[in-house]
Amino acid sequence: MGIRFDAVTVAYDGNVVLDALDLTVAPGEVMALLGPSGSGKTTALRAVAGFVRPASGRVFLGDRDVTDLPPHRRGIGMVVQQYALFPHMRVEDNVAFGLKARKVPRAEIRTRVAEALEMTGMGAYARRHPRELSGGQQQRVAIARALAIRPDVLLLDEPLSALDAQLRSGMLAELARLHRELPDVSILYVTHDQVEALTLADRIAVMDKAKLRACGTPRELYRAPTDEFTASFVGGANLLPVTVGATGVRLGEAELKADTAGAAVGARATLCVRPHLVGLGEGPNRLTGTLSEIQWRGATHRLYVEVDGHRVMADLRELRDPPGLGDEVTLHFAPDDAVLLPAGVGHD
Amino acid sequence: MLVHSRKAKWAVWALFLLLFVPLFALPLLVVLGASFATNWSSVLPSGLTAANYQAATRGEALQALTTSLVTAVTASLLALAAGTWAALAAAALGKRHRKVMDALFVLPVAVPSVVVGLAILVAFSQPPMLLNGTRWIVIIAHTVLVTAFAHQSVSAAITRLDPAYEQAAASLGARPAHVLFRVKLPLLLPSLTAAAGLCFALSMGELSATMMLYPPDWTPLPVLIYASTDRGALFTGSAIAVVLMAATLLVLFAVSRIRTRASYR
Repeated sequence: MGIRFDAVTVAYDGNVVLDALDLTVAPGEVMALLGPSGSGKTTALRAVAGFVRPASGRVFLGDRDVTDLPPHRRGIGMVVQQYALFPHMRVEDNVAFGLKARKVPRAEIRTRVAEALEMTGMGAYARRHPRELSGGQQQRVAIARALAIRPDVLLLDEPLSALDAQLRSGMLAELARLHRELPDVSILYVTHDQVEALTLADRIAVMDKAKLRACGTPRELYRAPTDEFTASFVGGANLLPVTVGATGVRLGEAELKADTAGAAVGARATLCVRPHLVGLGEGPNRLTGTLSEIQWRGATHRLYVEVDGHRVMADLRELRDPPGLGDEVTLHFAPDDAVLLPAGVGHD
Repeated sequence: MLVHSRKAKWAVWALFLLLFVPLFALPLLVVLGASFATNWSSVLPSGLTAANYQAATRGEALQALTTSLVTAVTASLLALAAGTWAALAAAALGKRHRKVMDALFVLPVAVPSVVVGLAILVAFSQPPMLLNGTRWIVIIAHTVLVTAFAHQSVSAAITRLDPAYEQAAASLGARPAHVLFRVKLPLLLPSLTAAAGLCFALSMGELSATMMLYPPDWTPLPVLIYASTDRGALFTGSAIAVVLMAATLLVLFAVSRIRTRASYR
């Protein structure tokens, strides 16, 4: 079953926290809502769950308009950051909770609880209390509890942000596996972590300041972002203010080759280049500047180079002989690796 | 502790004992001593006897103990039900309404209990609600007096309760009543038992409102203690007081046992 937001606006005391969101999640699709805190992504999820009432607009689950339904009649599985396992119940009773509330026959409850716990690898912990489990285990139980009711829609609200980095990547793989096992479940995944979104999502909706900025597959958003916010939030980017010329663009004095299709000659624009696509030395699009900062990150070096008053980041495979601070450095990038964006806020 | 030097620690302990012993411990010890005495004219009580306890555990006194226990248990259960209900309802209200509700429930504590007693006496002395002369007027007065405490401690617990539990339960398909009885109330259980214990203890010791209301066949223990000492039977009064103290502590201990079992974290 899909999810559809139809111009959903949410406001608290006249403060708009979600501004006319239009978004459709196809049945079986994993949609990540990606954005910084305060971008409205969690509000959007809570509007689907029924914990906030839109000031205007409608929320649909499949063909059903659920805007006016209370949460318990929506049939949605939900997992939140702080797990919210019921501390007074054993793991199995936590997982059985939704089934009991739906008056599922007792014999069926037992098999479905076992099935859900098995699916999340928590079968051996059925008799434990939540306080006896680690954070990662609690999160697995929370997922099992949400899956036991066999929802068509699963809402995940920053499900991994309370876990440490190592556990997080393990759980990410686990979530991907779960989705392969349950291909019909639509998942709305709220996160501020672009890695989680890029890894897990079929499509990413990028949100900022209560608005939807961009929506597309991870590859589209990464390779061909359509605005500056998306470019820098998904993957990080060099955003260079340029002027469009006949065959390329001009950054200060430097002429750079880039695809300028669709941009008027003489217009101001932003050239977006991913740091890992910038190389050191001579090349087709040359940028020369002074090295202002260099960071060694194990497998890579991150260089910050001041080019004509603009800071350019370059991620290079670990350098044998890195340049020193203040050295003049020449960088280059392939014309195909640059994306021309309409001028935005970064362009003063 | 804020005091670090050894000397200062001793000084603080000495001050604590100096204040605590005479104010809190000694009076209780004196009552305990007096309860075994027939005479107390020198420094220590004399004529040690258990006869006071024989008087304090049978007949009139036993009757009064039962009366007190029944009153206290009934009043605290009623107060707990009313206070919890009101606190849960208030949590769903807006901020301003909640304040009005809180103020209403604090009223019986803010007003002197003699006034509450008098008010109840006047209110229920005429038909259609003629309760004067029955045990119910005492129970109602106690309920009114202790509901404030039940309401207050339960509301505090509800504010601390993470809404995520309730929302998780609702998203799993539990209707509000199911959420209340299977999730919210069990999570509030530690506070509920604490509130019950507090209400019980307060009701066991209530005298001023009770004095104005109690019918002859429903005399709670504090009234009996007052009556004994008033007619000069200090030592019997002390023995009854010790019985009252022991009964209250016993119940509180039992309640706290339930509490430790009910706290999860």
